[in-house]
Amino acid sequence: MTGSAQAAREAARRHFVGRDRWHWAEALPWAAAVGAFVVFPDYMALGTQIVIAIIFALSLDLILGYAGIVTLGHAAYFGAGAYAAGMLSAHLGWHEPITGLLFAGFVTGLLGLASGLILLRYHGLTLIMLTLAVAIMLQEWANVQERWTGGFDGLLGITIEPLFGLFEYDLWGHTYYWYSLAVLFPCFLVARRIVHSPFGLSLVGIRENTRRMHAVGTPVFARLVAVYTISAAMAGIGGGLFAQSNAFVTLDVLSFSRSGAILIILILGGTGRLYGAFIGAVAYMLLEDELAKIDPVLWEFGVGLALVLAVMFFRNGVLGAAERLARAVGIVRS
Amino acid sequence: MTALLEIDGLQKHFGALQVTRDVNLSLEEGARHALIGPNGAGKTTLINLVTGFLAPSAGRIRLAGEDITALGQAERVKRGIARTFQINQLFLGLSVLDNVALAVAERTGSAWSLLRSPRSSATVADEALDYLDRLSLTADALIPVRELPYGRQRLVEIAIALALEPRVLLLDEPAAGVPSTESHIILDAVASLPADMAILIIEHDMDVVFQFARRITVLVGGAVLVEGPPDAIAADPQVRAVYLGEGDHG
Repeated sequence: MTGSAQAAREAARRHFVGRDRWHWAEALPWAAAVGAFVVFPDYMALGTQIVIAIIFALSLDLILGYAGIVTLGHAAYFGAGAYAAGMLSAHLGWHEPITGLLFAGFVTGLLGLASGLILLRYHGLTLIMLTLAVAIMLQEWANVQERWTGGFDGLLGITIEPLFGLFEYDLWGHTYYWYSLAVLFPCFLVARRIVHSPFGLSLVGIRENTRRMHAVGTPVFARLVAVYTISAAMAGIGGGLFAQSNAFVTLDVLSFSRSGAILIILILGGTGRLYGAFIGAVAYMLLEDELAKIDPVLWEFGVGLALVLAVMFFRNGVLGAAERLARAVGIVRS
Repeated sequence: MTALLEIDGLQKHFGALQVTRDVNLSLEEGARHALIGPNGAGKTTLINLVTGFLAPSAGRIRLAGEDITALGQAERVKRGIARTFQINQLFLGLSVLDNVALAVAERTGSAWSLLRSPRSSATVADEALDYLDRLSLTADALIPVRELPYGRQRLVEIAIALALEPRVLLLDEPAAGVPSTESHIILDAVASLPADMAILIIEHDMDVVFQFARRITVLVGGAVLVEGPPDAIAADPQVRAVYLGEGDHG
């Protein structure tokens, strides 16, 4: 082999094995999270909801951004997790928060597995319609099961023990903010590890060319079910956190508008990049909050307008646009 | 010598349209077999049947004596059947290295490792790079396949199939779409494939066919017209009438 070929080989190998190396910029979201606490201590209830949205969007990114599964019903798992964590406390008398989240993740993981085994046999429009149908069915079912879910009136009576028996929940939501960040971090680490693993590469392969993946011997269906299950569990953990932090769950957690909003958040931030979930959630929820202050009725118009502009001018979301800009000015190479 | 791949009485029809009629064909280890015939003769259909992309209406397919007729595509790949596509089926947004690494990860089973770091899957990269070296693609390893010229993409198409370490390789017009000035690169790559690999090639260029193949099957209207060594095929009056005499096939 010639010297230059050897060098090219080395470079390619280094790139491949180093793809999960941490970049300094990856510290920014966490620094921003701490900074937000210092600068806006009064906004930590909103901060908590943003962190929960990030977890939810991250779970969606695994299936949509990486595996290419388009869903209009991801709130099914978020909502199921909220009800699971809520009912565990309200009906079963188990109030410890961390095991409550694990329970929510476990239940929604099973739900994701069961529904994925049916849903993922379908593709394209059929799949989109079926994901929508599953979420609507779940919402109706929750509506009917009043004795357990509180039906239309919502699930009351959720009480959560202090974290580790030490940290009480304060009026400003400071404890919940740190708690939700502490949940986001391992969720993020798992997602980051997965997308850089050979498994994650195979998900991208399925997204890029399912037909060829079949021809290289990939059990495509099994692999999609696996990532769908993980994603559902993560969405459920986000939902559990939502139930615990609000001490109240309504049917809205399962709604189509929530499925739609999380899709918007991820697309706004950028799909298939992990950090798109962060940027999208922050942008969407801050925008929603600010616009609602200006006009409590018309704020959705503003969100819609922002999305139209984002789709028109930021292909691949805010993060995609930022990447192109960075490439154009030569900060990073392709 | 027993056949590695045995196709026995294979039939395929879509409704009333019969696209494969009672085809028998066998490949031995190290076979260099060409499948020729006019457009619409059912050549690609035959490959689709062998790989499991299509299910036959009747007939059996055996690999090393095992009946694989009912197995899915993934199972057949695992048992050693790989193919390339007449029209590229690549992962356009991924780098050349990732395209081949996908196949390596799948073959070695590491594609199920959810939490394995890229560092600990360095063997996947090393193996994939070996295939890139063999096809002189190493210099392009980190380039997205989309940005490669079509001829280089055809080499990636072959590299992915090779990375599956097949016992039987089905090449569907490997040089299709490549300018004739560059097709020799691909045909050289095909010529230097491992000697013990059984290869079935669909090809329209008769020079290539007669240079490469030790046996030729002529398919017409979904049925085998004749099968034999190249000189017998070239001399066969039937073949000359229905196929070779027909003029150019691009």
